[in-house]
Amino acid sequence: MSVSVENLSVAYRSRRGDVTAVDNVSFSLADGEIMGLAGESGSGKSTLGNALVYLDARMKTTGGTVTVDGKELPIANNNAMRPRRMTEVSLVPQYAMSALTPTRKIGKLISDLLKSHHVKDRDAVYTELRRRLALIGLKEDVLSKYSFELSGGMRQRVTIIMSTLLNPSLLVADEVTSALDVSSQRAVGEMLIEFRDRGYIKSAITITHDLSILAQIADSIAIMYAGRLAERAPTSALVDSPLHPYTQALLASLPEVGVRHDQVTLTGIPGRPPSLVNPPSGCRFRERCPFAFAKCAQTPPFEEIKPGHLVACWKVSQEHADTAATAPGLPLKEQV
Amino acid sequence: MTTLKLDQVSKLYPSTSRGGGLTPALRKVSFELQPGEVISLIGESGSGKTTIGKVLLRLTKPTSGTATFDGKDITTYTTRGLKDYYRQVQGVFQDPFSSYNPIYRADRVYDLVRSSYFPKVSDLEWSAKVEAVLDAVALNPGDVLGKYPHQLSGGQQQRLLIARALLLDVKVLIADEIISMLDASTRVDVLNLLVKLKRQGLAILFITHDLSLGNYVSDRTIILRHGAIVEMGATGKIFGNPQHDYTKMLLTAVPELHKKWQHTPLAPVAVSANGAGIAEVLSSNAPASPLARAAIIDELAHAEQVVKRDLRAVFGSARAVASGKSQVAVALEPPALHEFEPDHLVAEPE
Repeated sequence: MSVSVENLSVAYRSRRGDVTAVDNVSFSLADGEIMGLAGESGSGKSTLGNALVYLDARMKTTGGTVTVDGKELPIANNNAMRPRRMTEVSLVPQYAMSALTPTRKIGKLISDLLKSHHVKDRDAVYTELRRRLALIGLKEDVLSKYSFELSGGMRQRVTIIMSTLLNPSLLVADEVTSALDVSSQRAVGEMLIEFRDRGYIKSAITITHDLSILAQIADSIAIMYAGRLAERAPTSALVDSPLHPYTQALLASLPEVGVRHDQVTLTGIPGRPPSLVNPPSGCRFRERCPFAFAKCAQTPPFEEIKPGHLVACWKVSQEHADTAATAPGLPLKEQV
Repeated sequence: MTTLKLDQVSKLYPSTSRGGGLTPALRKVSFELQPGEVISLIGESGSGKTTIGKVLLRLTKPTSGTATFDGKDITTYTTRGLKDYYRQVQGVFQDPFSSYNPIYRADRVYDLVRSSYFPKVSDLEWSAKVEAVLDAVALNPGDVLGKYPHQLSGGQQQRLLIARALLLDVKVLIADEIISMLDASTRVDVLNLLVKLKRQGLAILFITHDLSLGNYVSDRTIILRHGAIVEMGATGKIFGNPQHDYTKMLLTAVPELHKKWQHTPLAPVAVSANGAGIAEVLSSNAPASPLARAAIIDELAHAEQVVKRDLRAVFGSARAVASGKSQVAVALEPPALHEFEPDHLVAEPE
């Protein structure tokens, strides 16, 4: 287990009290695993990703532990986290396109980074840097350029190179493909896979609202809804046989290439996610869920229905229990 | 029949690089938009798709060529005529959050329409009109009226803006990336709304970089690249049988749920490989990997920004500068279009 997150809760301080944006979330990542984290805006996915690397002043953890490579990560303590960043956990921030300061050249940013992390053998790192730049098709002269002299796709790739330069165990990539054109999206997605295959990063969490990108690059996908995990499964299982009603609705609302309005009418999800200031009790998707029933007033457990496939839904757990009771020993049929 | 028509429209922007020069954003673009038709305009950033929307909304003037509405050149409209033009042609833009003034309630945008277009309408009549258009965009008046922008979701805000256009006698809607900032679950509602409005006879220019969204709503598709049309025609024909290499490349890069990209691991790179990559890829016949191709696109896009060329010969502009420094500059003359099959035009490779 290279990364394990247990019962993590993160809150934002506000004048109306704490707003719990990430509520009791647990998951783990194997070595070499790229996990996709998807959800609507405001679901807490970026907060979860940021909490693993950098808590800004408005955020605080209210519980939970994070372990990377067997060592606990002191995520609540900014000073203790400092030496662990870039080497154990690293972040490609949202809006990475504007994450590079326009007042320093790229090469200067990189030498600052090495200095602040007390890297001794700089020559080795620079050799490796040149190799990686060449690998993804960037010329070495980007080092002597300012960020505004690069195109969006180039800036995004430079940011990823910088974030992964010291071979972190876990890379949190927040919306790395969102602002890019399709061809650059693909290049960046493949770059993540390539970096994982070459061992530059051990595992990664890719945060996006775009499920079709995750279907391409992620090994497993976790769906977040209103601060909690709704479903987590290997990519193919989640895309082909989703169990949680929210995941099903989300997938049904995506137009696929080649689908036209006169052939198939897609449907959105009625309603809005609940406010996190005063979240409703029980299942948080209850209000919008077509299958909701009395039991949904209690919080559903996030339990394993099939190997590696976890769901937080009473309906799914109940059907699972029924099938198991009526047909003991038989392989589970596809449900829903 | 009210049609919006672009005829050989070009637009040159002053280059941002030092020393001046002009950058072509549109290169002799021609097409027509008929009532009840949805055209999706697809292109990557810098392809000129937003510039087309700006020209049609008179937010910018074309450098050459004409844009006509019902046979009348839209640049000739003055106050009265222009007001009447905006009664019929309206735009909705990408970011609903910046379309509202956060100090005022969101429905103030309706009051502004009322004061300039319907000053004589009574309160009662007006509120009936507002409720009718809100109903058309599937919004509940109680949910949205009297609220501030931050109290509304992106989807609600965007639908309010579409409803605003419907208050007028709108014939054409220029929808510039109107759903890219919305969540997947609300996106579809806005898309289905566009389909419904189209069936009622509204012409829509749907500007997007997302091919699957464009395909879902449109009757016809135009693929733009470097300001020129590379492929246009019936949507089914373009997506079913793309002819231009650029269209094909775009289609293979679209992420699909049930089909994986073919990931070809990159060849190992020698330490000394010092930026030779691009020249090698360009000169070799081997198909380039998507990563290498993206690098080339980056290079081209960047080179375009700094290119300075003599445009006098073509446009008779006095301010053009010549240097001819870059070898990857796009020619100003767009590639010729030829008919591949009925209602399917393809450009020559550039």
